[in-house]
Amino acid sequence: MAAISREEVAHLARLSRLAVTDQELDRLAGQLDVILQSVARVGEVAADDIPPTSHSVPLVNVLREDVVVPGLTRAEALSGAPDTAEDRFRVPQILADEE
Amino acid sequence: MSTNVLPTYDDVVSRYEPVIGLETHVELGTVTKMFCGCPTDFGAEPNTQVCPVCLGLPGSLPVANRAAIEATIRIGLALNCSIATWCRFARKNYFYPDMPKNYQISQYDEPLCVDGYLDVEVDGELVRIGIERVHLEEDTGKTLHVGGATGRIHGATESLVDYNRAGIPLVEIVTKPVPGLGARAPEIAKAYVAELRDVIRTLGVSDVRMEQGSMRCDVNTSLNLPGAEWGTRTETKNVNSLRSVERSVRTEMLRQAMVLDGGGTITQETRHFHEDTGDTTSGRSKETATDYRYFPEPDLVPLAPEPVWVEQLKAALPELPRQHRARLKTEWNLSDLDMQSILNAGAVELIERTVAAGASPEAARKWWLGELSRRANADGVELEAVGATPEQVAKLQVLVASGKLTDKLARQVLEGVLAGEGDPEQIMAARGLEVVSDTGALTAAIDEAIAANPEVAEKIRGGNQAAAGVLIGAVMKTTKGQADAKTVRELVLARLAS
Ligand SMILES: [Zn+2]
Repeated sequence: MAAISREEVAHLARLSRLAVTDQELDRLAGQLDVILQSVARVGEVAADDIPPTSHSVPLVNVLREDVVVPGLTRAEALSGAPDTAEDRFRVPQILADEE
Repeated sequence: MSTNVLPTYDDVVSRYEPVIGLETHVELGTVTKMFCGCPTDFGAEPNTQVCPVCLGLPGSLPVANRAAIEATIRIGLALNCSIATWCRFARKNYFYPDMPKNYQISQYDEPLCVDGYLDVEVDGELVRIGIERVHLEEDTGKTLHVGGATGRIHGATESLVDYNRAGIPLVEIVTKPVPGLGARAPEIAKAYVAELRDVIRTLGVSDVRMEQGSMRCDVNTSLNLPGAEWGTRTETKNVNSLRSVERSVRTEMLRQAMVLDGGGTITQETRHFHEDTGDTTSGRSKETATDYRYFPEPDLVPLAPEPVWVEQLKAALPELPRQHRARLKTEWNLSDLDMQSILNAGAVELIERTVAAGASPEAARKWWLGELSRRANADGVELEAVGATPEQVAKLQVLVASGKLTDKLARQVLEGVLAGEGDPEQIMAARGLEVVSDTGALTAAIDEAIAANPEVAEKIRGGNQAAAGVLIGAVMKTTKGQADAKTVRELVLARLAS
């Protein structure tokens, strides 16, 4: 039983707005399956008395004060953008036809 | 879909029961963003309040804003919620350019505040709206769609993005589903949002301005037959005024009834509300919670609000709007009905400020519910936008109380205030509207009136005081209405008594 189906990979690709070919789907589904099965083996080791861990450091409440820290200038902010217009980041059409 | 005609509202509520739910987003008024030190000023030039964290640049790390956490806990406490002793932020993954990281930091199954309620007064009756959760997340950037019709996303060829708003702390307040409201559902939905707005404004944690988008509502509506299970709900987005909250519930109830009457089924979907027509239209199909692939945010450590801190915040909560209104009602010595008419007129704060500026509660109430309400209605504006400030109204009333203006003259001065001619005293001077209190001038006018009406004067001398009206009228005419009628009457009677 595969940990992830080819359909699930296709669905994930669509959510990530990635165009994936049929060949790539075959390949990626296989690779992701290996990764997920390996991770699942770690889960088998965890006994009931081990709580799920989301953070590796035993800290809580790391907060900052509400004080302005200078950020980037607009020129700096836009310098890494593939394209800009009207002082904004310019991105391709957002909704494809099916939506 | 059916080809039925839209049923009437009365018909719908006689056959179906609505269930509503509201999700309200409130942008907090913190100085800086949720996870970085960028400023949050409204209306700044595009992409001038950004940094590596809120642009999602590689290697940057978020740190939570203490003031935003505190504000959220205070909102939770004001809404009678329990505050989590331990909770985490979560990543909500979606690929859309309004968030440059391709995820939004939010809270998922561990919100900061849970299980509260807000009591809402509707026509003097208390309705308790359950609060499911209050959680904290970050706002998204603003996208400008280019190439489509009128800035709409459909048909756009490209989008331009400003990330100034991305990362501003956003509190989401979610009600429990509210059944059993019947025909009053739209009205109660509106009253809830209004009360929530007042609570949050009282806490001072947001300017809660719906027209500027710092408070936004999504409205869930479903219909079911009496005794049946709840129906499928739709979620109406873009509901950005109190009036629209009410209209959107009503519109959706009517639309769903039409579909159900025609034998159709309701699709669980997002619908968009259009301010201009009051209609809703189907939006893009909603990604499901699974599609968002929430997981605990690894870049932020958990929150564990100290119970002592929470207790301190609770003890320091200000007087909330409902208690405040109850206190004013007592202080102003009002009946339930009087208080209700003030509330309906949206005049509580205006009257309060007018009283604070020196007017008596009775006089302040008289001006705002009388002359000014009539004017606001005639102009089709909210009372607070009528064009007179509480300070000006108070000034006017002080002038009346000190005898410098009669009620009639005061109304003329108010005309001037509403016409933007300045403060009451300036207008009095400019329009020459002061009460004629110069006894010499009044005596002359009275003598003139007596001379012109000898037979009336004779009647008064004979003891018929009611006849004085004719002479008073004549004097008021000579003084162009700028004399105090009561003073004139006294002077007339005194003159003819000798
Ligand atoms: Zn930033």
